[in-house]
Order: sequence, then structure tokens, then C-alpha cells
Amino acid sequence: MELFNLFIKAAFIENMILSYFLGMCSYLAVSKSVKTAIGLGAAVIFVLGITMPINWLINEYLLSENGWLGMDLTFLRFILFIAVIASMVQLVEMIIEKFSPALYTALGIFLPLITVNCAILGGSLFMVSREYNFSESVAFGMGGGFGWFLAIVAIAAIREKIQYSNVPPALRGLGMAFIITGLMGIAFMSLLGIDPATLSNN
Amino acid sequence: MGLLDIFKKIEPDKKKSPILHTLYDALYTMAYTPDTVTKGGVHIRDGMDLKRTMIHVVIALQLCFLFGTYNIGHQHFVAMGQHLGFLEGFHLKLAHGLIKLLPLFIVANAVGLGIEIYFASKKGHAVEEGFLVSGALIPLIMPPDLPLWMLVVSIIFAVVIGKEIFGGTGMNIWNVALLSRVFVFFAYPTEISGDQVWVSGFESLKAGAAVDYSWWHTGFFNTLFEWMDIAKFNVSSVVADGFSGATPMALAYEGGWENVTAHFSEAQMWWGTIPGSIGETCKPFILIGALILIATGIASWRIMLGMIIGCALTGMAMNAWGANPFMEVPWIYHFYMGSFFFAMAFMATDPVTATSTNTGKWIYGFFIGMIGLIIRVFNPAYPEGWMLAILFLNTFAPMIDHFVLESNIKKRLARA
Repeated sequence: MELFNLFIKAAFIENMILSYFLGMCSYLAVSKSVKTAIGLGAAVIFVLGITMPINWLINEYLLSENGWLGMDLTFLRFILFIAVIASMVQLVEMIIEKFSPALYTALGIFLPLITVNCAILGGSLFMVSREYNFSESVAFGMGGGFGWFLAIVAIAAIREKIQYSNVPPALRGLGMAFIITGLMGIAFMSLLGIDPATLSNN
Repeated sequence: MGLLDIFKKIEPDKKKSPILHTLYDALYTMAYTPDTVTKGGVHIRDGMDLKRTMIHVVIALQLCFLFGTYNIGHQHFVAMGQHLGFLEGFHLKLAHGLIKLLPLFIVANAVGLGIEIYFASKKGHAVEEGFLVSGALIPLIMPPDLPLWMLVVSIIFAVVIGKEIFGGTGMNIWNVALLSRVFVFFAYPTEISGDQVWVSGFESLKAGAAVDYSWWHTGFFNTLFEWMDIAKFNVSSVVADGFSGATPMALAYEGGWENVTAHFSEAQMWWGTIPGSIGETCKPFILIGALILIATGIASWRIMLGMIIGCALTGMAMNAWGANPFMEVPWIYHFYMGSFFFAMAFMATDPVTATSTNTGKWIYGFFIGMIGLIIRVFNPAYPEGWMLAILFLNTFAPMIDHFVLESNIKKRLARA
């Protein structure tokens, strides 16, 4: 139940994009059509869900003072986390290229760019600063990825819908994407302040 | 044909003064049907255009306006312990209601239509009457004492950012009226939440001070009522002992349904003589409006029914769970409190921002009902959930439509 709460919290209440504004670059660039958005969203769910537990293990057993090496190596945290993320992204890239070449070409440069997607590294760093345990980090990774997926698919659907609208020329494209993101943020504020944890211990 | 001649005579030059011409065009199409007809084989079954659609919604809102006007005055006098009966001091209540509601209505429409006309002339098309409905809805969802400048700021935000930059009427993704309310809600939260704001003049009444009536109360209406020899506004009245101004929602949050029924009877909540936003309180009149909208085919009954089912099921689940007093409120009474019906009839069914596929409408309505009740009960920061739930689902409406269409395409491909 607590893990489910954490999942809901990460997906809706503390949405990576719409309340922390993390991972904006690929979110803005790949949200032109629903199909590619789904592909990238699924890739982010996968990468977040895989890297968080791996990073947790690394942080707990290699970097911390109580780990196997017995010394405080936390200054290596960033570089190791990014290395793990990069290798995972490489794996995803190979899988997508093998099974869906169309999606692979559609995602283009943005697939390798997941490596530097701040939502992914942000998730790992949130995990460290909030001191999640192993299963919590899995739930948080999945939830955060799902929230990211939902946000990018929703904005892609909106951008497909307004494709033929009479938008002022200066705002076409990226300008509208920013404004839509802001308004989506307002809509997502509806769930801000709900604390699922207070309900479950009854 | 006198009127037509006048119109022909005063037509301004479109090139020289685009704003004047847009204004002229709006008035002209209000007085006369345009004489342009469709050429070719388009089969029009009904001459239902944007103007008629909008007017139907405005008509459906009229009863809410009437009752809202009365209820502003009624709550005000209940707060002061005077004229407690339904018909006692009826003229005073109406007069007070008009003094509060008319400025909101006039300012909302003047600002909104002003922006609309400006953008229409910029873009070089006829003015679209989209704002007629927003301008009728916005005063009804605001508290009676809202400062007018906040109303102006919120409407500018909602109409420019929420509608015009998306391409004008019919193109917006989020409900314009709700965007203006949510703007006030997040930017000036003290003006639109809490116990003090829902009864007009209540804040100025605190600490035993006499009510501060405007010139309209003491000068205009009191002179009129004196001449008519009926009861007048009492300038030295103070707030009654023990009156808190709390809405049923706030009471339920504190102590569950028992606490609500200690202050209001079910009939009171159903007929709407409770504090709340101006138009949201009287359920039967709202339902009449909803029936008008369904009969004219503007609002979708699927969304309404979906919302009721979603809200009822979520309410039942909460009853079964029952972790706090608010969750134990019997599910049926969630319809009595707050603005469920108003949101259902006039906000969720907005044909522009809602989903447009039939399956999508069920999903959309169901989730509004569910999320709205979750926000109402679980979120201590927000007293009422429907506004935010509808904006939340507006965000996902294009996505729902997309997936409904995709699955339909797949189904038909498999059949072929």
C-alpha cells in the first residue's frame, strides 16, 4: 500500500515535468505527435525504473561509508549515476533499433539524449536525498516515469489537436508548447497537497 | 426596414477602423441573419450557428442568475439576523443582490468582450460570441464580494492566455470560465476560500462594526423604498451572534455530516439558501438548466451521467473505507453540498473542451466525478474539487479522444 502511495505521489502529485519542470528538453522537442511521445515516454519509464534500483545499490554498497569498500565515496555519486544512466540508455537504444526501426528514426537524437534528461538523474538524486529504501526507489522510479509518460502523451495530443488552430504566428511551435505546459501545470496543481500517506495508516 | 437602413448608413470603413467595424458586425448579425448562404451540396439540417448555441446556454443560466441574486441578499440578511424567512424582506434581498451581482456581470462582460473585439479586429474576422457564455458563467462562479480589479485581471488572463492565443472561440483546450476562477484561486486565495468570503459584506461586519452600505443602498434604494413605504436597509445593523458563514463543505471537513446537519437542513441545501458561489447553490434550477441544455443538444448527457456515476461510486468506496469523518458522509449527500450540479451541467459539458467521441465522454465524465470527489475529500488545501478536476480532465481530453479513435480504427481494421 505504501509503495502504491509512493507511485501515485510520484506520478500525479509530484509530477516530474509539471511540478518540478525536470526533463523539459526532450519533453518539448518530441511532443509533436502522440506516437513518438508514447515511444519516448515508454523509454523514460524503462530507464527510470531500471536505473533507480541500480543506482540505489551502487549508492548503498559502493559509495556509502557502510558499504563494501568502507570509505565515503559519495563525491563520485554524480559521475557513477550518469555512467549507469548512459549504459542503460545504450541498452534501450539497441532494443528499440532492433524491434522498432520506425520509432528509432522518429526519436532520432533524443533517444541518446535521455542520458542527460534531468528527470532521470533528478529521480536518482531525489532517491538519495529522501533516503528511500530499495523497493521505494523502484516505486518512485516507476511512478516518476509514468507521470512523465502521461504528461508527454497529453501534451502531444493537445499539440496534435491545435495543429490547425489559428495561433498567432509568433507563438507557433515552441511558444505554444511552453504556454500549454504552464496551463497543464495549473491543472496538475489540483492534486498538490494531497498526502496519501496520512490515509493509509488508519 | 428602418433598422436595416440605419445599419447600412452607419457601417464604418473596414480598413480605416477595424475595431469599429468588428463591433458593427457583431451588432448587425445580432439584429439580422447574415444573407450569405452555403453553395453546393452541403446538407444543413438545422440553422444552428454559434450565436444560437451560445444563447441557449445563456437562457439555461437565467434561473441561476435569478436565484443567485436573491441568495446574495438572503445570506447577507441571515448573517445580520434580519428577515430570516424566505419571503421576508424580499425586495431588500433582491436590491442587495443586484448591487453585488450587476457590477460583476457588467465588468466581466465589458472586459471579456473588449478583448474579444480587439482580437477579432486584429485577425480580421467577425467577432465570435464565445465570450457571451463565459461572461454569463464567470459572475456565477465567483464569491459576491470579489474586488472588481481581481475579476478584471483574471478575465484578461483567461481570455488572452486561455483562449485567444489558441486561436479564439472553439479552439481553447481549457474551460475559459474555470481558468479565470482558478487564476483568482491561486493568485488571491484569501478572496475565494475560507468562511468569510461567501456571505457578502461579512468581512466588513466583523467585530460588531456596523455594516458599510454603499450609496446605492442608503441613497438610491432607501429613498425608493421610503417612497414606496416598505422596509429599508438598516444602516446600523451588526452581525448576528454565532454566525460563522461556513459553507457545508467546511462544516463537513470539520465534523462530518452531523456537523453539516447541525447548521443546515437537507431542504436548505437542496433549494440553495446556503452560502456559496453566486450561481451554484440552487440545485433544482441548475437541473432545469441542465435539461434545457440536453434537450437542445448542446450538452452531452453522457458526460453528466458519467460524472454522477463516477462521483457516486467514489463516494460509496469512501463510505466503505471511512478513515475520517468527511469520508463517512453518506455518498448521496455529496450531491447536496457544494457545486457538483453546477459543474456537471455547465462546466464539464462545454462542448469545446470536453472529449468529442461518445466513449470518450463516458470516460471523461467518470474521471471528473472521481477526481473531483477525491480532491474535495482528501485535499485539505482546497475546499471544492470540481473546478480543478474539470481542468485536470480538460488536459487529458485530447489524449482520451486520440486513444478512443485509435482503438476504433484497430477494431474496424480487424473486422475488414
